Amino acid sequence: MAQHQVNYASSAGLPVVLTSIDKFVNWGRSNSLWPLTYGLACCAIEMMASGAARFDFDRFGTIFRASPRQADVMILAGTLSKKHAEFTRRLYDQMAEPKWVISMGSCANTGGMFNTYATVQGVDRIVPVDIYLPGCAPRPETLQYALMMLQKKIRRESANMKKNTKQNLRLI
Amino acid sequence: MQQTNKLTPFFENLNFERSDNMMIINFGPQHPSAHGQLRLVLELDGEKVTKAYPDIGYLHRGIEKMAENMTYNEFLPTTDRLDYIASTANNYAYAHSVETLLGLEIPERAQVIRTMLLEVNRIISHLFFLATHALDVGAMSVFLYAFREREHGMDLMEEYCGARLTHSAVRIGGVPLDLPANWTDAMLKWCDTVEYELANTYETLLNENRIWKMRLEDVGVISAENAQSWGCSGVMLRGSGVKYDIRKEEPYELYGDLEFDIPVSDRCDSYGRYRLYMQEIRESIKILRQLTPMYEKSTPQLMAHAPQYISAPKEEIMTQNYALMQHFVLVTQGMRPPVGEVYAPTESPKGELGFYIKSEGEPYAYRLKCRAPSFFHTGLLQEMLVGTYIADVVTIIGSTNIVFGEVDR
Amino acid sequence: MRKYTPKDNVQKKSYYTDRFYISPRVPRSEVENPGHFADVVNALKKLIQESYVELNQLIIHIKSTDNIKVLEILKEKCGYTVCSELSAVDYLARDGEFEIFYQMLNMNKASRVRVLTRIKKDEAIESIVPMFKMANFAEREMYDMFGIVANNHPYLKRILMPEDWVGYPLLKTYPLQGDEAASWYEVDKIFGTEYRDVIGPENRDPAKIDRYDTKRFSRVGHEVSFGEDISDGEQEKDIEYSKTFLVDYTTSQKQLDKRK
Repeated sequence: MAQHQVNYASSAGLPVVLTSIDKFVNWGRSNSLWPLTYGLACCAIEMMASGAARFDFDRFGTIFRASPRQADVMILAGTLSKKHAEFTRRLYDQMAEPKWVISMGSCANTGGMFNTYATVQGVDRIVPVDIYLPGCAPRPETLQYALMMLQKKIRRESANMKKNTKQNLRLI
Repeated sequence: MQQTNKLTPFFENLNFERSDNMMIINFGPQHPSAHGQLRLVLELDGEKVTKAYPDIGYLHRGIEKMAENMTYNEFLPTTDRLDYIASTANNYAYAHSVETLLGLEIPERAQVIRTMLLEVNRIISHLFFLATHALDVGAMSVFLYAFREREHGMDLMEEYCGARLTHSAVRIGGVPLDLPANWTDAMLKWCDTVEYELANTYETLLNENRIWKMRLEDVGVISAENAQSWGCSGVMLRGSGVKYDIRKEEPYELYGDLEFDIPVSDRCDSYGRYRLYMQEIRESIKILRQLTPMYEKSTPQLMAHAPQYISAPKEEIMTQNYALMQHFVLVTQGMRPPVGEVYAPTESPKGELGFYIKSEGEPYAYRLKCRAPSFFHTGLLQEMLVGTYIADVVTIIGSTNIVFGEVDR
Repeated sequence: MRKYTPKDNVQKKSYYTDRFYISPRVPRSEVENPGHFADVVNALKKLIQESYVELNQLIIHIKSTDNIKVLEILKEKCGYTVCSELSAVDYLARDGEFEIFYQMLNMNKASRVRVLTRIKKDEAIESIVPMFKMANFAEREMYDMFGIVANNHPYLKRILMPEDWVGYPLLKTYPLQGDEAASWYEVDKIFGTEYRDVIGPENRDPAKIDRYDTKRFSRVGHEVSFGEDISDGEQEKDIEYSKTFLVDYTTSQKQLDKRK
């Protein structure tokens, strides 16, 4: 059968890696985070810039998806108005578990400078948020750093989804 | 494990199935080609759009209401968030309105710097238009190339004012800072690059591209009469053969002294508008090249001298008692412009951007109305989309170049 | 004594105004004769209540019932083919009226005319959509923001605010941060009224810092220092205040917080 001879006993010859399920699953999850293209306002331009030529988001395995069904991360980039809030929640519900939320920019974090009748004062009133990203508007580097932080967070999580969801629920 | 909520899990409140064979689809508010938060409700007969209903307001943040609760200087950074692709154009339009109300004379160097920033912003905005429009139509590589040049333009803005996106680079009465050393050289170099890339990358990729032409030609036709009736401005108007550019017809800042052409196209379609945007980048580069010698000749004063409305320069505040007192009053109470109303139009990259300000002599504006070009271009969609195929909807939205910060305010 | 705020105008006011301060007025001038603006005024003759030039723009005051006639003459005879903006100003508190303005543009002469008209609180204005299609959106916005009805508008519905919104946001009686209905709008819509208690009221104070809120922000003194190994989870520490990281209020004269 096999022509090549592998000495499995010698060092580094073994094509087997031993790891825990948690680490293995989280390795997969954290290195292919597909965000939803959810540009809301000004921050969306910086989100696009981070996906474009100079900042090149693809090297994190981060490819923007237009459908919530294919996405893992929701980057809420910009001001969330009260009229839009129900759609945000709907899109969040449509995303498959496990899912994470990055709140990008001051407007999404707390309402920011738009302390008015029409804006939601922080998206954490609507959806559970994992990473808050300050700035108005945050630079693409900041978004990349936030994504790296999210990767770190995912690597620490248990692969058991039920446990994660509970953690998420505690936030809201 | 979802948290319970009242939203129905299975999609929409609209009827999909109808007896007359029409289908209603919901486009947005989260759609990658909707340029933000546009929601279009389209009635389709097969693949043809029979009715279009743009639903806006998903980014309504109450900016006009904020203006009534902020002093004039406080409000300036808020204008950044209107048309966030070319922030300085908004800052300038607002500052220009207030200055017209106050009757201020702006020092020459400030005028030169403002005009430079406006034109750099115009190029940035047009490159962004090209990038997103091409991406929507399907040309991914143009998006990457256009963003590359745009990033260098943003570097210029960043070097001047410290921000990439929300500049606040213009103040009422002038500009806060002088240009950094060698800024004009870097700017001219960037102009050369953009001009080169324009001729050798973007236009060679797109101008004669068969797919690009098939997608854009005779799509989104607006007649000249219709364009005027719908309140179109900027490229949308000039693309329909009406030669009206506020920079030329009602010159503000230094535009009266500068030599540049107004490109007009009477093709009335998306392709004509795309060509106009490319032409406008060239004209902006021409303007920027004329401005550099003007900058070197000008005297270094940056803010207008109007002690009633504008704080004195820093050295005077630090050394003279009266200047310090005046500064204190202006900061704590805000300036009080004369009673009256003003509407001062400017040509932003999107079209006619003007602020209508009603002042009652208080430090807070009694009413501020932002005349945003994109708002009216969005209104036009309900007529322009009817009779087109659903694939062209994206092209048409792209070529109107709407920005939702400005539409919804 | 609590500061009195008038109920009919809840917008921000200057905290101090000099008693003897008289605000100046933007200079107004008569319409120059002969000139383009004089021609406009002559064409409209009887319909004009008042006309003057302010900041290079002709301003015409008309009766609200004449708006169609005036704009028609401006469009057909004077070449004002573009209506660039229309909206309203709320003068309900002072005069019980709305002021509506139409900003017109003549592209050949590059001149602008502003037509002003006033309507009472419950009056409606005739829609100008048949002449200027831009009014389709602009009048809807006016209706949305002020509640001014435009008669014969093809589709007069709210445009910027949601359909079920309560109140008209740009009225002077409407507070900047919204009323009761506005503050719970998204919670009611998504989760239902019973979730109001779970989610809690909005924090509208931008300077508010809750020192004991450890749920959503990193704890004071609990930051993970650089290079620390957190692969097995963070180590839970007690929350430490004021002893080492903050100013020690306990030793100072003034006791700021009773809990210390």
